[in-house]
Amino acid sequence: MFCYGAATNEAYGWATYRKYLFDHRVSEAAWNTLQLTFWAMLLGLLLGVTLAVMRLSPNPILKTVSWAYLWIFRGTPVYVQLVFWGLFPTLYQKIQIGIPFGPSFFQLNLRDLSISFILAIVGLGLNEAAYMAEIIRAGISSVPEGQTEASTALGMSWWMTMRRTVLPQAMRVIIPPTGNELISMLKTTSLVTAVPYTLELYTRTRDISAVIFQPVPLLMVAATWYLAITSVLMVGQYYLEKRFSRGISRTLTTKQLDALAAARDGREGSR
Amino acid sequence: MTGPVPMVEAQQVCKNFGALSVLKGVTLSVQPGQVLVLVGPSGSGKSTFLRCINHLETVSAGRLYLDGVLVGYRESRGKIYEMPARQAARQRRDVGMVFQHFNLFPHRTALENLIEAPIHVKKVTKAAAVERARDLLHQVGLSDKADAYPAQLSGGQQQRVAIARALAMDPKLMLFDEPTSALDPELVGEVLAVMKKLAGGGMTMIVVTHEMGFAREVADELVFMDDGVIVESGPPREVLGNPAHERTRAFLSKVM
Repeated sequence: MFCYGAATNEAYGWATYRKYLFDHRVSEAAWNTLQLTFWAMLLGLLLGVTLAVMRLSPNPILKTVSWAYLWIFRGTPVYVQLVFWGLFPTLYQKIQIGIPFGPSFFQLNLRDLSISFILAIVGLGLNEAAYMAEIIRAGISSVPEGQTEASTALGMSWWMTMRRTVLPQAMRVIIPPTGNELISMLKTTSLVTAVPYTLELYTRTRDISAVIFQPVPLLMVAATWYLAITSVLMVGQYYLEKRFSRGISRTLTTKQLDALAAARDGREGSR
Repeated sequence: MTGPVPMVEAQQVCKNFGALSVLKGVTLSVQPGQVLVLVGPSGSGKSTFLRCINHLETVSAGRLYLDGVLVGYRESRGKIYEMPARQAARQRRDVGMVFQHFNLFPHRTALENLIEAPIHVKKVTKAAAVERARDLLHQVGLSDKADAYPAQLSGGQQQRVAIARALAMDPKLMLFDEPTSALDPELVGEVLAVMKKLAGGGMTMIVVTHEMGFAREVADELVFMDDGVIVESGPPREVLGNPAHERTRAFLSKVM
């Protein structure tokens, strides 16, 4: 009944919905949203790994820095953080990297118009890092100590042990919540209007609807795009999880069963 | 120097964990090709001593030599400095270790467990590592389990894979930390058989175990430890048959 009602109710404006679903402004905005998600997640992931390793390290200074970072970035709303990063250019005009009082190698003018995209990524990424750090820390802690010991005893370095033994096993624990975070990130990009960055999916469709006075169909357009992207991400997550769950179950894999069957056939054939 | 260099030489090795002192001066030596069995009640420091030999634990005082070289430290002008991690890792390549709980890599098949360190640590070619691994799996009687994951193997099979994994690095010394303590009684025999074969092949071994039958049959020397010190040592038949100390007698009456 609800579906029928929705389909026939004029206020939903399905004609407008169809008209704007593949409008180039909308698809461009979807692309921008994807880019924001990707770069912010990448920043969150890299910084998250660093923070997790710092948190687990025996060094008390690194531990405290990591703890303080988490305290601040998990303790304040992401919207507030985004507004802060939006105001960042009023605090500092440009960022320079170089030798103090000497030559500068890199310069970023924070009064540029295109800076809002970068600030949006920074805002989302720094917030995400705090959550990713906890997920990665849980993953690393879930790998039994004996695994590190066995690797060390075989002459592996700390980094090789991390890369070849600990992280592949930690991935099984890390991936499902990271998939959550990625989907959540995709949707959180709709908040970057706070920076203000306005070329992502939600703000763009809202801007269009403000011009043509039809908010509902364009909301539906945005929802459709979010849903489509999320679906693709979920498929990716399924395959990743499959890849990293090797050796967990006692049941034989298809490949192993095939090999067994082939061996048996061979024996019977030779008889 | 007179005579051959001992494979392991411990001089007054001490180990403290905070205020707790676990090893209070252990002195012993193991010649190449010898099998030394360490027995003693739990908490006596046997495992800790074993872990000191490949520097999984640092030594608090005393000296430990592996094949004539100080383990985990370097000595210069009478002072001792801890080795950089990379050098310590290089030293560990020569020492194989087998753990009570196997510690196989669960995300790798038996064969992948064996070739992991030779390929990535020793930089052996994959083909050579695989060939050697198949040979070793054959030696421990698990040729048909090369593609099985550890979770698909019994405890005894897992421990045999773990022994093969340690051997894949071609160590000059093998350390066994209670290799049969986590196994069902009917699986102990297959692991001990592999260890006996290894000892028969001339491998230098230090074994922490409660299997007195194995000690009697295979060990060249039996060492009884209690409370962080060596109480007595000697040929297994003598120590087991005619213990000199009251503490040894009390312990043996419980385990035999």
